[in-house]
Amino acid sequence: MNVTLFFLTAVGAVIAWWMAGQRLTSKPWLEASPAQTTIAGREDPPAPAVKIGLYVFLGVVGALFSLSISAYFMRMESADWWGMPLPRLLWVNTALLASDSVALQWAKREVRHGRMEALRLALVAGFILGALFLAGQIEAWRQLSAAGYLLTDNPANSFFYMLTGLHGLHILGGLVVVGRTTVRAFAADAPSARLRLSAGLCTVYFHFMLAVWLILFALFAGWANDFVDLCRQLLS
Amino acid sequence: MVEIPAGSAGAVPSAEVEDVELYHPKSWWTKYVFSQDAKIIAVQYSVTAISIGLVALVLSWLMRLQLAFPGYFEFIDADSYYQFITMHGMIMVIYLLTALFLGGFGNYLIPLMVGARDMVFPYANMLSYWVYLIAVLILVGGFFAPGGPTGAGWTLYPPQAVLSGTPGGKDWGILLMLSSLIVFIIGFTMGGLNYVVTVLQGRTRGMTLMRMPLTVWGIFTATVMALLAFPALFVACVMMLFDRLLGTSFFMPAIVEMGEQLQHGGGSPILFQHLFWFFGHPEVYIVALPAFGIVSDLISTHARKNIFGYRMMVWAIVIIGALSFIVWAHHMYVSGMNPAFGFFFATTTLIIAIPTAIKVYNWVLTLWRGDIHLTLPMLFALAFIVTFVNGGLTGLFLGNVVVDVPLSDTMFVVAHFHMVMGVAPILVIFGAIYHWYPKVTGRMLNDALGHIHFWTTFLGTYAIFFPMHYLGLLGVPRRYYELGETAFVPPSAHTLNVFITVMALVVGAAQMIFLFNLIWSLFRGREAGGNPWRATTLEWQTPETPPAHGNWGKELPVVYRWAYDYSVPGAPEDFIPQTQPATGGTTREAIA
Repeated sequence: MNVTLFFLTAVGAVIAWWMAGQRLTSKPWLEASPAQTTIAGREDPPAPAVKIGLYVFLGVVGALFSLSISAYFMRMESADWWGMPLPRLLWVNTALLASDSVALQWAKREVRHGRMEALRLALVAGFILGALFLAGQIEAWRQLSAAGYLLTDNPANSFFYMLTGLHGLHILGGLVVVGRTTVRAFAADAPSARLRLSAGLCTVYFHFMLAVWLILFALFAGWANDFVDLCRQLLS
Repeated sequence: MVEIPAGSAGAVPSAEVEDVELYHPKSWWTKYVFSQDAKIIAVQYSVTAISIGLVALVLSWLMRLQLAFPGYFEFIDADSYYQFITMHGMIMVIYLLTALFLGGFGNYLIPLMVGARDMVFPYANMLSYWVYLIAVLILVGGFFAPGGPTGAGWTLYPPQAVLSGTPGGKDWGILLMLSSLIVFIIGFTMGGLNYVVTVLQGRTRGMTLMRMPLTVWGIFTATVMALLAFPALFVACVMMLFDRLLGTSFFMPAIVEMGEQLQHGGGSPILFQHLFWFFGHPEVYIVALPAFGIVSDLISTHARKNIFGYRMMVWAIVIIGALSFIVWAHHMYVSGMNPAFGFFFATTTLIIAIPTAIKVYNWVLTLWRGDIHLTLPMLFALAFIVTFVNGGLTGLFLGNVVVDVPLSDTMFVVAHFHMVMGVAPILVIFGAIYHWYPKVTGRMLNDALGHIHFWTTFLGTYAIFFPMHYLGLLGVPRRYYELGETAFVPPSAHTLNVFITVMALVVGAAQMIFLFNLIWSLFRGREAGGNPWRATTLEWQTPETPPAHGNWGKELPVVYRWAYDYSVPGAPEDFIPQTQPATGGTTREAIA
C-alpha cells in the first residue's frame, strides 16, 4: 500500500496547500462583515466549476490507479509471478498517446488564439490518435493471447489485462468528450468561452492519462521494480 | 480586536455574485421524477435509502429470532442466517448510512447552507441518484436470484465468498453484490464531485470556509474521504469479479473445493483485506463525520449557544479525516500481521481518539450553561453524545492488538461497532430529520409520537447492545448460527439472548411509529413557518418554505457573520441570522 500512501500524501499536500490559503485560523465569531473576507478574496473571477470538478475527478482516478498499482506490487511478491514480455507494439502505442497529448496541447493553443481551422484540425488529430491508441492496445491484447499469454495463466498477465483495460476505458471516456468538443468546434464560427474551456479540460485529462500510462508502462516493462527495490532498501 | 470598519457592511452591493444558469423543468416528469433540483434528489435519495434500510431492519429481526430461539423457525437455516447477516451489514453501512448522509442530507443541505441555488452539476446529480437506484435494485435482485443473496459476510472475504460452501458463492449472489457495489461507487462519484465542487465554488458572497456551518464541513470532508476511499472497494470488487468469472488468481490461493482442485493458485486473500479495509475504515468516518457536523449544529441551535471552539471543531474534522486513512489494518490484527505493523496501526488508532475527544468535549462545553431546550432534535443529539462516547471507549480497547485478538471474534465487537457506527449515526439521522423536516415539508413532526419514538429507540438500543458487551466478554462468538452445547457459555447467556431479541423487536416496532409520524405529519402536522427553531443558518432564511426551485428568489443571500450567533449580548433576539448585517452593538467586537 506504499504507492497508495505516496499518492495520498501528494493529495494531502495539495489539500493542505489549498487550506493554508483559506484563513483557517481566522476567528469567525469576531468578524461580522463580509468586507474584508470577500471583496479581497473575490478579485479574480472564480475558476469555473467544471475545471475544479475535473481536478477532483482526476484525484479519484489517481486513487483508483495507485490502489491498483499497490495491489500489483503486493501480489508480485508471491512465488507464482512470472513477468511477461512486452509486445513491441506498446512502444508504438505509447508514441501515439504522447502525440495525442501534443495534438490536444496544440488545440488548446489554437483555441486561445481563436484560429478555428487549426483548432478543428488539432481536435480531429487528437481524436484519431486516441482512437488509434485504443485500437493498438486491443491489437496488443490479441498478439499476446495469440502468443499464449492468457489472462488466467499468471497474475502478471491478469494484472496486465486488467490495468490496460481500466486505462483503456478511461481513454474511451475521454474520447467521447473530445468527440463532443470536436463536433462543437465544427458547429461554431468563433471560439466561445465554453469551447475554450472544453479544449483545455480535454488537454488536462489526456496529459493525466498519458502520465498514468507511462507509469503503467514502466511497471509492465519492469523498470519500476528496480526503483521500488531501491525505495525498499532506503526504507529498511 | 479585529479591525473591521464598522458599517462597511451596508456598502456591499448584494447581487455581485455571478448568478448561475438554472435548469427549469418543463413537465411534471422532469420536475418531480427526473428532477435536477438537489432538494428533490435529496428526498429521492432519502426515501430509497430508508426503504432499503427497512429491509435491513427486518433482516436483523430474523437474525435475532434465530439467535434467541434456535431451531424454532424452520425457514431460517444456516445459509439464510448468513445471507441475513451479510445483507443487513452491507445495506446498513453503504446503502442506508452513506447514501442517506451524503446523498440525502448532502444534497438537501449543502446548496441551502452555503447559499447556492443548486448543485454545480445538476445533471450529474440527477444521474447519481438513478445510478444509486439501479445499484439498490441489483442488490435487491439478489434476494430473488437462484441461490439467494451472498452470505459471505459484509466484508466479502475471499476465498470463501466465491466458493460453493458459502451461499451465493457459486450462484448469482456474489456477482450481484459485487456489481451492485461497483454501480453504487460510480453513482456516488458523480454525486460526490457535486458536493465537493459546490462547497468549493458555489458558496454565496460572504460565506467563507470558516463561516460554514459544521454540518457542511462534516459532509464536505466525508465526501472527499469517500471519493478517495471508494476506489479501493471498486478495485477489490473488480478483481474479485475477475477471480470469480474469468478464473484469475488475484485473491484466490490454491484451493480444493468439494474434493476438487481448483485452477486458482498463489492469490492473496490478505491483499483483498488490505484493499477492503483501506475503504472500510474511512467508511466509518464517512458515516461519522456528517453525524459530527450535524450534531454540532443541533446542539448549538437547541442550546441557544454558539458552538464551543468552532475552529477546533473544523480542524478536528479535517484531522480525523486524514488520520482515518492510516488506521485500516486495525481490522486485520487477527490476520497474522507483523507485530511492528500491529504496533504502528494501534498507535495511529489511539491517536485518532484525540481529535475525537476534542469534539466530545466541545459538545459538552457548548451545552454547559446553555439555554437547553429539550426538543426532539436536542434529545437525539444528547443521546448521540452518550452513545458515541460509549462505543468510542470500547474502540480504545479493541484498538490494542493484545485486547483485540481474544475479543475479535466475539459479540464484543458486534456491540462496539453497532454502538459507534450503527446506533450513534442513526440517532443523529433521527435528530436531523426532526430538525429539518419542517424545512423540507413546511410542517412540524408530531411531538408526542416523537417522544415515544425517541425513548423507545434510545433506551431500547442500550438494552440491545449493552448486554452484548457482556456476552462478548463471556466469549460468545459472533457470526455463529447457533451456539449449541458449549461448555463456556452459561445458561444466563441464552436468557440474555432472548431479552436482546425482544428488545430488538420493540425498537424495530418503534420505527414504525416514526414512519407513521413522517407520513401523518406531512398532511396533518402543525404549520411550521420559515424558521421554527429560530436558527441562524441560511437554510432557515429562504423566502419560501419549503424552498422553491432556485432556493433564494431573486437575489442570492449575502452572509455577514458565522453560523453560531446565538444569545449574543445586547442583541434584541437570542439569535442573529447569518444574513443580518453588522450594526453597532450587536456584534461581538463590542464585547471582545
